[in-house]
Amino acid sequence: MTLSDLANRLELRVHTTGAPLDRPVGGGYASDLLSDVIGHARKDELWVTMQVHPNIVAVAVLKELAGIVLVGGRLPAEETLAKAEQEKIPILGTPLGTFELAGRLYALGIKGS
Amino acid sequence: MATAESVYHREFPVRGGDFAKAGSVACEIKELLKDLGLAPAAVRRTAIVAYEAEMNVIMYAREAKMALTVSPEVIRLTIDDSGPGIPDVELAMTEGYSTATAEMRELGFGAGMGLPNIKKNADEFAIDSEVGRGTRLDVVIRTNGHVTP
Repeated sequence: MTLSDLANRLELRVHTTGAPLDRPVGGGYASDLLSDVIGHARKDELWVTMQVHPNIVAVAVLKELAGIVLVGGRLPAEETLAKAEQEKIPILGTPLGTFELAGRLYALGIKGS
Repeated sequence: MATAESVYHREFPVRGGDFAKAGSVACEIKELLKDLGLAPAAVRRTAIVAYEAEMNVIMYAREAKMALTVSPEVIRLTIDDSGPGIPDVELAMTEGYSTATAEMRELGFGAGMGLPNIKKNADEFAIDSEVGRGTRLDVVIRTNGHVTP
């Protein structure tokens, strides 16, 4: 399943305009601790978080994540969005909380590793 | 050791407290290593080491020099900072232990996993710290190493 499929199925808002949504999502990881994501997330996973500052983009670049979903209706900071466009990291959003979104992703076949 | 011609060396300055640029040195190093054609696993491991080391400098030190040396067999990263130093290195190496401030934690830093993440991704790891002077990390990642995070 691609990010674009997931965005449609779960009514996710796509905050970035230039980042690729056709990349297959290989799994999911949910955490608000950056070093936890650095240590445990895997390449091509979708990252679910409530952090919105620019450093999340660096983490996604370094771990080669498929994208980031911001939960609880949080919006990316302006610099975060600018950096995400530059690094081609898709940032999406949902009013749902982490638990609910993770459950819905799992039901669509997006699993943890 | 590789011959002098095959060794790539570059130094990157890192400034303490510069959260706006946090992660940029690690991202640059990752791109460089990719361009040098190194194995993806070695590139990923080095990028993680560089990121955690960079964040530690930004959070705790005044400034540092991160030196990257690449030969066909090994990637070496040394990070030499001037900062407060670490009073109890063994404690700092314990997963979950952190001296991050409440503000840093709110931003998702201070998980107490920085140094453990570095060690986990290194084939050789050495840390030397002196209170009031600074900390030096010396990390070697073999380009054909077996750790794959």
